[in-house]
Amino acid sequence: MGDAMSTDLPASKGSGVKLADSDFAADHRSTDVRTAVGDYWLRVRSGDLGAIPAILGLAGLIVLFTALRPDTFLSKGNLANLSTQALPVTILAMGLVFVLLLGEIDLSAGVASGVCAAVMAKLIVDSGQPWYVAVLAAIAIGIVIGTVLGWLVAVVRIPSFVVSLAFFLGLQGITLRLIGDGGTVPVHDDVIVALANKNMPLWLGWTAAVVCAAGYAATQLRRWQRQRSRGLAASPIELVAARVAVVAVVLLAGTYLLSLDRAPSPLVTLAGIPWGVPLVAVLLIICTFVLGRTSFGRHIYAVGGNAEAARRAGINVTRIKVAVFMISSALAAISGVVAASRLNSVATDSGGGNTLLYAVGAAVIGGTSLFGGRGRARDAVLGGLVIAIIDNGLGLLGTKAYANFLITGVVLLLAASIDATARRRRSSTGR
Amino acid sequence: MSHATAVRPVLELRGIDKSFGPVRVLHDVALTAHPGEVTALVGDNGAGKTTLVKGIGGVHGFDAGEYRFNGEPVRPRSPRDAAALGIEVVHQDLALCENLDVVENMFLGRERSNGLALDETAMEEAARRTLAGLSVRTVGSVRRRVSELSGGQRQTVAIARAVLWDSRLVVLDEPAAALGVAQTQQVLELVRRLADKGLAVILVSHNMNDVFAVSDRIVALYLGRTAAQVRTADVTHRQVVELITSGRTGDLGLPA
Repeated sequence: MGDAMSTDLPASKGSGVKLADSDFAADHRSTDVRTAVGDYWLRVRSGDLGAIPAILGLAGLIVLFTALRPDTFLSKGNLANLSTQALPVTILAMGLVFVLLLGEIDLSAGVASGVCAAVMAKLIVDSGQPWYVAVLAAIAIGIVIGTVLGWLVAVVRIPSFVVSLAFFLGLQGITLRLIGDGGTVPVHDDVIVALANKNMPLWLGWTAAVVCAAGYAATQLRRWQRQRSRGLAASPIELVAARVAVVAVVLLAGTYLLSLDRAPSPLVTLAGIPWGVPLVAVLLIICTFVLGRTSFGRHIYAVGGNAEAARRAGINVTRIKVAVFMISSALAAISGVVAASRLNSVATDSGGGNTLLYAVGAAVIGGTSLFGGRGRARDAVLGGLVIAIIDNGLGLLGTKAYANFLITGVVLLLAASIDATARRRRSSTGR
Repeated sequence: MSHATAVRPVLELRGIDKSFGPVRVLHDVALTAHPGEVTALVGDNGAGKTTLVKGIGGVHGFDAGEYRFNGEPVRPRSPRDAAALGIEVVHQDLALCENLDVVENMFLGRERSNGLALDETAMEEAARRTLAGLSVRTVGSVRRRVSELSGGQRQTVAIARAVLWDSRLVVLDEPAAALGVAQTQQVLELVRRLADKGLAVILVSHNMNDVFAVSDRIVALYLGRTAAQVRTADVTHRQVVELITSGRTGDLGLPA
């Protein structure tokens, strides 16, 4: 490829320009695996950790809990349980990734999910509305909450920490008013309940997994081919293939494990992927596309990296800020619906307690920076799994509530310290 | 160096006044910038260089005076207006997003899309073409993040971004202020190449060596007035320093 670049380029301005081999040599050098791996290692050492902490955390926790509870933790039933346990926190974290990318915080996302779930439950139970009307209403309420929140942050310019803390208190009051002191609203709608309690037919699960794996492979390979044929910067094909292979193996292995019969009695069958999992997959694909492939997403990263530069480049910073809070609260609403499905009810404390901290922890453990400008939608999935495993494992160990709080707090602090250390490292090695 | 006196100037400022409240920052300032030439804008701290540059770039308006671009009277009201005319200002702080890569920064706010999705291929190709056209050898991969680049490389990216948009006039505010010797040299060479490609370049600088190394003309500001507009070849180092510090030297400069 190196020689191809020393040909004459069409003159952009003035006379024909020669692009010497050395100009973008680095782009073509990286088509060799060793250099690519070397570059990656250099990035990691300079503080760009990506998904490494989350993957190490996942592996460590799985080994730990398997050692402590060998017969229950890795049982088929518990694996399915784990996947539904991770759903609400993952969806909430995915919304928070948008807010964190700007270096802002939304402490009210958890209780917003509670309010939206309460609205949904009341519409179904008291007004007899069909599930889709109730869910759309919940999402609409989420968007309204996010708009007000974002407006107060972006236009009135109150720090998001304070605004969302006020919302954290205020929204709990609204949930309480909707549901009544100490009460719960049961949710019996078939579709809502199915999200976390019913499974996809086996054939559909397998089809979806294969389609996702094939789709991922196709987009990756097509991109690689286009970059290659136009002489653009491209990863070595071996790395592209390895990425595709890892994703395919994870998808198919997960499908296999969830397709095993996990019914405690041999008389019935209980198998398949819970319906909430494809929901998260769809959200993940949409958010990844928006953040990575649209100019809106690009502008979110720009505002998070250098708001002044973004403003001077003509980006409407206020609009971006309001938009991320709207997205965060809308996803919080969906998370609230899934949580309601899991518990078959909405209670006054839905979305309260440690819900929000779990979600922030998930995003940060997954690799999203609290300082803005760094993060991806998949961080929420990786971090959500880590958080779910901690929650699930501690449950199996039967630790006391006080210990749960302590351990979760320590995990969140640990993730934040990794983030802060990595950031220091980045700024000190930035040549 | 080209002899462009016959060519119509890209930028002509005449009788420019600008006050901030009671403080008169610019008074009867004149400046012309010709295509294919580097015009150095020099002056002591507080002489009004930055105010003049901001006015040219549309950050704020001028109170009075004539602002002609390509012979037409214009009045850019925002950096976007100025960019639409073909005026790009590279500010001292560069305004790059460190978490984005070179291509992403060059197209920031003006991304090319293919329907909903960004057209990364077109953007990367255009970015490479621009960098190659400037004979830039220092960036390495155009997919490197700006946080991984050195000060000189960042300056290069900021300048390349300014010329990506078919601009006619590029204003560089102290591009070499924070750079080492070798990097300064690279940036100055780049500045020279911009002019050689036919752009009008205004270079704000404190450093006489840099000014004499690359400029064709020098405009000296003294306390908000234009002390002199001269060809670099016609003056000495010492004369320019005198213009900066006292507003005149010999028969050049403001009347005593």
